[in-house]
Amino acid sequence: MSTELNELQQKTQRDYRSNSLFWVTLRSIVRQRSAIIGGSILIFLVLVAIFAPVIAPYDPEEVLIGKEDIRKRESPCIHLLGCPEDQPQHILGVDGNVRDVFSRVIFGTRVSLFIGFSTVGFAIIVGTLLGAIGGYVGGWVDNLIMRVMDVLLAFPSLLLAIAIVTVLGRGLQNALLAIAIVSIPRYARVIRGSVLSIKEQEFVSASRALGGGNLHILFRRILPNAIPPLIVQGTLGIGAAILEAAALSFLGLGAQPPTPEWGTMLGSERNQVFTAPHLVFYPGLAIMITVLAFNLLGDGLRDAIDPRLKE
Amino acid sequence: MTQYTIRRILYSIPVLIGILIVTFVIARSIPGDPCKAMLGEKATAEVCARFNKEQGLDKPIPVQFWIYMKDIARGDFGESIRYSRPVTIILIERLPTTIELGLIALILAVLIGIPLGVVSAVRRNSIIDVITMLIANVGVSMPVYWLGLMLSYVFALVFLDTPLWLPPSGRLTAGIIPTPFYEQFGWQAVEGTFRYHFLEFFSNMYILNSLLTREWDVLRDTARHLILPSLALSTIPLSIIARMTRSSMLEVLRQDYIRTARAKGLREWLVILKHAFRNALLPITTIIGLQLGRLFAGAVLTESIFGLAGVGRMLFEAITARDFPIVQAFTVVIAVGYVAANLLVDLSYAFIDPRIKLD
Repeated sequence: MSTELNELQQKTQRDYRSNSLFWVTLRSIVRQRSAIIGGSILIFLVLVAIFAPVIAPYDPEEVLIGKEDIRKRESPCIHLLGCPEDQPQHILGVDGNVRDVFSRVIFGTRVSLFIGFSTVGFAIIVGTLLGAIGGYVGGWVDNLIMRVMDVLLAFPSLLLAIAIVTVLGRGLQNALLAIAIVSIPRYARVIRGSVLSIKEQEFVSASRALGGGNLHILFRRILPNAIPPLIVQGTLGIGAAILEAAALSFLGLGAQPPTPEWGTMLGSERNQVFTAPHLVFYPGLAIMITVLAFNLLGDGLRDAIDPRLKE
Repeated sequence: MTQYTIRRILYSIPVLIGILIVTFVIARSIPGDPCKAMLGEKATAEVCARFNKEQGLDKPIPVQFWIYMKDIARGDFGESIRYSRPVTIILIERLPTTIELGLIALILAVLIGIPLGVVSAVRRNSIIDVITMLIANVGVSMPVYWLGLMLSYVFALVFLDTPLWLPPSGRLTAGIIPTPFYEQFGWQAVEGTFRYHFLEFFSNMYILNSLLTREWDVLRDTARHLILPSLALSTIPLSIIARMTRSSMLEVLRQDYIRTARAKGLREWLVILKHAFRNALLPITTIIGLQLGRLFAGAVLTESIFGLAGVGRMLFEAITARDFPIVQAFTVVIAVGYVAANLLVDLSYAFIDPRIKLD
């Protein structure tokens, strides 16, 4: 009798644990096809970024003139596909400065992932602070913050980023800052909306009745509950940030050569598209796959976290 | 309705002032002395002082801002530093190309995106749905300039000497000169007058102009030049519109009144178009309005890839060349256009959904 009771107790506990919010969410994320595909691509990209020195056959900035018998902008040479064995193998060809494109694309993964995570991280922190303060305090503070955000949103983001980079000066760091600034309003709005609705709920009043201060209520009670929509926005935002950073670099305002950044690689060889299309094709493909991974993951997360939006 | 419209317009005034302030601040914080930029590095302090006095740069910043606002209100954007020509004239030359490009891209996005979204919602999980969503997901992830370069590679090089060949750059083939419609109509316009610039603005929209003058070879030529850029520019909006249409339609198709409509024996296409689509239109309209900013940003990249003399490319060149008056004017025009478009979208809600009371 007592063992039966014990078993039942254990089972209840197991059920309780496996039905906690964390596991339910994780299970519904796993059930989303797009989240799985996006997540898998992302894990692959992270691995590529970590093991870039092992995967890449050459140093991404190494100029091969004099070291190998090749001309600049040589087409891909793959031994398995019938390229003569006596020629050095360059899977994606060689660029205008006689550097191995494959190695550059591989190392570009590091740059792009860094761009995505750092800009969105910065934008989320600042945006969360602004949005949370606006939503919680309300009144003229809220009005002021949101009108400033409206003004920032009134400019097409790439144009504003171009202008900011021009003021700060070219370079990857300034491009990152510009993209982060431009994407702040998105997060501020999301957080403000969540804070506005959460602050009216009972547990907030309860916390206040128990003597919780404003900072305590905002940061320990409200914000943790406002995070889910932010995760979705953030994941989608990383894709957008990578696209925008690549665009700035393409225009010559972001990462400067010889940094192996995909946008820079595309931009410096754009006039060669008719003679050496492989130099334009592969970096662009890499950008697309990376952005696609974040978009798929973001879509999947949204559907998993917010069942109302499920398609 | 009128009251709401007026209030909504009043609400956008602070945003517009904010835009002017931001533009003013950005233009003044671009590193480099405007005097040296305009007159060259060798300009003496004396010459610079005179230049600053002439340009009003010696006045306190708030006064400069006031003058700047007054000038903009009169439509006077000053003179370009690089071209020594009135910015308004440059705007009149450049804006029509961007407007035509953006409009065609938007029309493409709407005409293709909405039907694709509707079909994939109705035939959910079918092969059409899967393919559409695949295209839409890839479409939003693609760099516009990359797609542009690839399109021009395929259509200008791979299809060379075939009927599918399309020109990779420019607005017209060399040698083809369109007649301005107002000349053909025999309308008199004296160069330099407002009337002249007004007519010139519309005649610079080559597609509109050639439709008016019935110069079919010009129309064909200019349309062929615009196909690739507008295709490239439309992919992202198209994908976003298709996705939004699909999810909005799915939401509506679940509703009880759709079941009722089917139960009372309405034909399926009537149910979908009249009952479902009309109700799904609201979020779609919102998202279409939001695409305008994207189109302008995309225009910077598309225009420079396809060698089109539009506003986007000009603005980029002006920023990098520190041509402040052009930067100020073009940014203001783009931002104001964006605000106006969103205003229109807001106002259109009442027409799309009569249940929405705008007051």
